[in-house]
Amino acid sequence: MASYNTMEIMICVAARELEDGATVGVGTGAPCAAAMLAQKAHSPNLVIMFEAGGVSPLLPEMPISVGDSRTFYKAVMASSMCDIMETCSRGFVDYTFLGGAQIDMYGNLNSTIIGENHRKPKVRFPGSGGANDFASFCWKTMVMTLQDARRFVGKVDFVTTPGWLTGGDSRAKSGLPAGTGPYRIITNMGTMDFEPHSKRMRVISINPGYSFKHLQDNCGFELLQASNIIQTKAPSEQELCILREEVDPYRYVIGR
Amino acid sequence: MTVLEEGKGRLFTDPDPDKAREFFKKKSRKMESKVMSLNEAVAKFVHDGEYLAVGGFGANRTPIAACHEIVRQGRKNMAFAGKTATHDFQILAAGEVFDRVDVAYIVGLEARGLSPCSRKYMESGKVEVCEWTNYGLAARFKAAAMGVPYVPARNMLGTDTFRYSGAKIVECPFTGKRLTLLPALYPDVAVIHVHEADVYGNARIRGILIMDGDLSKAAKRLIITTERLISNDEIRRDPTSTSIPFYLVDAVCEVRYGAYPGTMAYEYFSDEEHLREWLNVQKDPEEFRGFLARNIYECPDHYEYIRRNGGIEKMNKLRQKELLLHREITHGQL
Repeated sequence: MASYNTMEIMICVAARELEDGATVGVGTGAPCAAAMLAQKAHSPNLVIMFEAGGVSPLLPEMPISVGDSRTFYKAVMASSMCDIMETCSRGFVDYTFLGGAQIDMYGNLNSTIIGENHRKPKVRFPGSGGANDFASFCWKTMVMTLQDARRFVGKVDFVTTPGWLTGGDSRAKSGLPAGTGPYRIITNMGTMDFEPHSKRMRVISINPGYSFKHLQDNCGFELLQASNIIQTKAPSEQELCILREEVDPYRYVIGR
Repeated sequence: MTVLEEGKGRLFTDPDPDKAREFFKKKSRKMESKVMSLNEAVAKFVHDGEYLAVGGFGANRTPIAACHEIVRQGRKNMAFAGKTATHDFQILAAGEVFDRVDVAYIVGLEARGLSPCSRKYMESGKVEVCEWTNYGLAARFKAAAMGVPYVPARNMLGTDTFRYSGAKIVECPFTGKRLTLLPALYPDVAVIHVHEADVYGNARIRGILIMDGDLSKAAKRLIITTERLISNDEIRRDPTSTSIPFYLVDAVCEVRYGAYPGTMAYEYFSDEEHLREWLNVQKDPEEFRGFLARNIYECPDHYEYIRRNGGIEKMNKLRQKELLLHREITHGQL
């Protein structure tokens, strides 16, 4: 079996979720690598969209910014923030990938502050950016992040971006578009979905070399377990070859 | 229409479209040359205490030359639209230009990391914050551009982002659904960097527009910095390419490389080395002061800044990189 690192397996797992013909709103870094890998490996008709206005570019290399010129290189259209987000709002965009400093058991994300005092926070992060918009509008939200008890917390300091809010039907009641919500949480140790009724995070797949205990020990809340947890398929030679040679030859994202 | 919930953030501008109409009623429609130096434009149109917005996205087509000039002229107590803001925000934070921010994205330089200096400023308690999202601020410019007090949307619902915003949630009179109302945002002044403009301010943007179409209409006063001045004949030869019409514009400043060290699509790529240095020097306050002196305060204009950071040779390299020629050169395919 080929050897691979933490980022590589996360990107491969994420890429496999993107079926041919789907639309995906992505940022730079790992999400963009996953979309590029999917497009080159098994989903040639994947439509990649960038929030600043890039529509379905033929990415010549990994963009550095969500708005740099690579995001609309040989694109079908160079449009605008409103156009992309309103396309999401109309229900045209299937997937998005997000991250954050903290995530809770309902998949709510914090990328705004650490601390209690909003005016004078202990740590100030960038804020929503387009994350709240994408998570509100896209059908299925996926999160790629490292499994770490400091990130997976009982209560996020600030709900920047909506997950299933307080679980149950709270998301639907909030007025967010019906049928949207967190779908997969992809970490270096495994993959989680959300139990359909409580909307609590649930382990569905564990990466080679890890056990459920590893995931639970690196999580600040109790994880549910699916009845048929499977072992994640390790990255194939083909996936790794495309990822290393075509998607990220300079190893900006996958590292050295 | 009943208001169901209200964010507790303060609005830094008045969303009343009639007040904006009164302003626009008096704005000159004269097609006259508005060419001036950037120094003059900032002195004339950017005032202490006012609300400022700049175009572009992150470090892409952002009017960095103008941000430097605003810091150099020592503007204070401004409010700022922190939408998709990276290097622009960080420069203005370094100059402590603003004390109120509408936040969608701040303090970060995207994948390159967070800026210690602007984080420190935002953690100091000196800055009043109202939270929004990138689309939230884009939609607020759109409402202003439409001449209406708000637009409804379906973002921000259920989150602290809403609770710390100035938005309101209502029940839709047609469908009964809960909707977020995003209030119109009319900046006192905006700066947008473009590829080409004529002396009157008819401007062309190539590539993604981001939110600059609506921003140009929402802003009460608008400074255009342009890579190149072109003739009015050229504008009229191809009106399809005009992104911003002259009557929205108050000043036209020709500033070649005006988005440097950011990217200008089809012109030059970002100077990653310089942006890395910018983030690194912030770890040491002394070094950072030296960097600001060298690159902003001691420079009379943007060209001196560029001369100090590699000059025309560097600009040529960044142009090659933008056009992906560096790959062809490296691979010996030219």
